[in-house]
Amino acid sequence: MKLYDMPDARGHFGQFGGTFVAETLVEALDELRLMYEKYRHDPEFLAEFAYDLKHFVGRPSPIYHAKRLSDKVGGAQIYLKREDLNHTGAHKINNTIGQALLAKRMGKPRVIAETGAGQHGVATATIAARLGLECVVYMGSEDVKRQAPNVFRMKLLGATVVPVESGSKTLKDALNEAMRDWVTNVHNTFYIIGTVAGPHPYPMMVRDFQAVIGTEAKVQMMEMVGRQPDAVVACVGGGSNAMGIFYPYIDVPNVRLIGVEAAGHGLETGMHAAPLTANSPVGVLHGNRTYLMQDADGNIIETHSVSAGLDYPGVGPEHAWLKDIKRAEYVAITDDEAMAAFHNLCRTEGIIPALESSHALAYAEKLAKTMRKDEIVLVNLSGRGDKDINTVAKLANITL
Amino acid sequence: MSRIQATFKTLKQQGKTALIPYITAGDPHPKHTVNLMHTLVKNGADMIELGIPFSDPMADGPVIQRASERALVHKVGLTAVLEMVKAFRQTDQATPIILMGYANPIEAIGAVNFADRAKAADVDGVITVDYPPEECGEFVKELRARDIDPVFLLSPTTEPSRIDLIVNQASGFVYYVSLKGVTGAANLDIAEVSQRVASIRKQTNLPVGVGFGIRDAVTAKATAAIADAVVVGSRMVQVIEASNDENLLNNVATLMLELKAAVDAAVKI
Repeated sequence: MKLYDMPDARGHFGQFGGTFVAETLVEALDELRLMYEKYRHDPEFLAEFAYDLKHFVGRPSPIYHAKRLSDKVGGAQIYLKREDLNHTGAHKINNTIGQALLAKRMGKPRVIAETGAGQHGVATATIAARLGLECVVYMGSEDVKRQAPNVFRMKLLGATVVPVESGSKTLKDALNEAMRDWVTNVHNTFYIIGTVAGPHPYPMMVRDFQAVIGTEAKVQMMEMVGRQPDAVVACVGGGSNAMGIFYPYIDVPNVRLIGVEAAGHGLETGMHAAPLTANSPVGVLHGNRTYLMQDADGNIIETHSVSAGLDYPGVGPEHAWLKDIKRAEYVAITDDEAMAAFHNLCRTEGIIPALESSHALAYAEKLAKTMRKDEIVLVNLSGRGDKDINTVAKLANITL
Repeated sequence: MSRIQATFKTLKQQGKTALIPYITAGDPHPKHTVNLMHTLVKNGADMIELGIPFSDPMADGPVIQRASERALVHKVGLTAVLEMVKAFRQTDQATPIILMGYANPIEAIGAVNFADRAKAADVDGVITVDYPPEECGEFVKELRARDIDPVFLLSPTTEPSRIDLIVNQASGFVYYVSLKGVTGAANLDIAEVSQRVASIRKQTNLPVGVGFGIRDAVTAKATAAIADAVVVGSRMVQVIEASNDENLLNNVATLMLELKAAVDAAVKI
């Protein structure tokens, strides 16, 4: 059997991915590609990465059998990969450490990042402080207002947070602005992209750094239950936590891989962030070709999700590919369904999940109901919900 | 010979440099665009670069992004832009029109469809900012099959081997981006630009246009001395932004006349 080996040398996953950037960025991406190729299998680099994942992040993150939740749902056994227990509270830190170590080797004293809810910004500010790098985080001005605690966290960690006033003033505009900074300051600046999107080599590189999630899970499942799960479920915005847990499982037969997008107010309302499930057309944005929410003129349309981390009009190109080759399935969960799953996990297991991860939980519950009690669903619990308590309180009309 | 190629040929015989203003279609309002285009020509434009509004113009600075946003308020998309070119052509069949934009609006209707419709509107050249030569082979083929010139950007960081790759795909002219960064960025180092343009000329016979950072008569004149075309974008858009319905055409004409005099006064190096 031919093993999965994607992307090609220029970052293509079939028709998806690639390097759709202005000429001014080509040299910077070439430099990054060559340096990443040099270090991705370098034992010393990998050892340093592994050391920080263990001692700074606290890996491996455990797998936890959510027994009470499984019993309540009444079907397959639900297991959780506890990325919420990582330092800074989500899977995002895995990738920022990998890229920051690369920045250090490339002699770049300054790192920049885009952030939506602020998790990737906090993770970048954290590793920048740890390595003594200057850090600038771009964040849509709407998000700056909505996510004040994370803005303050980044500042505590020594980062400069730049509110972005252009466009819809959210994640995609922060990404545009970070690209502009990078193209202007490329001689001393490394751009740490937070998800499996962007031009090549980012989708591959971020996937590789996040693949520690799935690699650990494969070992841990064997230790715990002596076999691999029947289904792996993860939420998908850009798709980094999902790629991280899916990737090591792609060549494992009989493991269903299920990505859960944000259906927002419902796919039929148009107010969602689910380009794969809603069959959005193929397009080019942020350096790669992928499925993209857009109007007839090819302009990107505004998305909606209760969870800021899933509120993105595109999706990583490798997910687009996995959908087309039918190796992964993609579904969508509404705001309301995610909120119900959020409360359910809080009450039955004593874990407050991130609203992003609550989308994966909500689908896992639906799926588990249709399965036998001796079957297993593994959910990537990509982050903790502390950051979301203001959102949840507001939805319930509670003033904190 | 395409209209762009013919224009460069004529200007070369006259010892002149082309002046190419950039405006975003639909900015400040779609009702002005065709009039603006005629005003540009009347006041010295040898060709026009017409921007296709896009929601996420990553390679542009805030000035041109705001122009896109103003146009998008009035839903000016690719179809509307092509209609504007058609309207312009009713009274001007001579001035080359170069569309400038991003890949996604083109992908949304497909490369073949786009090329057909651009041809029908009598477009002369297309610059697609985020289509590097490695990713747009088919698109370039479709354009060239219809005698539309695919115009590519070269940057200060483009290596000589890449310049070869790019000029092999390009026709009409190549567009040297004279600054690192985005449109509307800071200052122009004319000595460095001069050196770069000279080294590009060693690799191609295509005319070399220079843009980014040309803001006034001084920079336009200095650039005209070394380039075959001078492109003025952000400065033009700033004047449009600062104008109202009454003084818009006058203000644009004033800037054009200033730039035209400067470009014509340049002594070729």
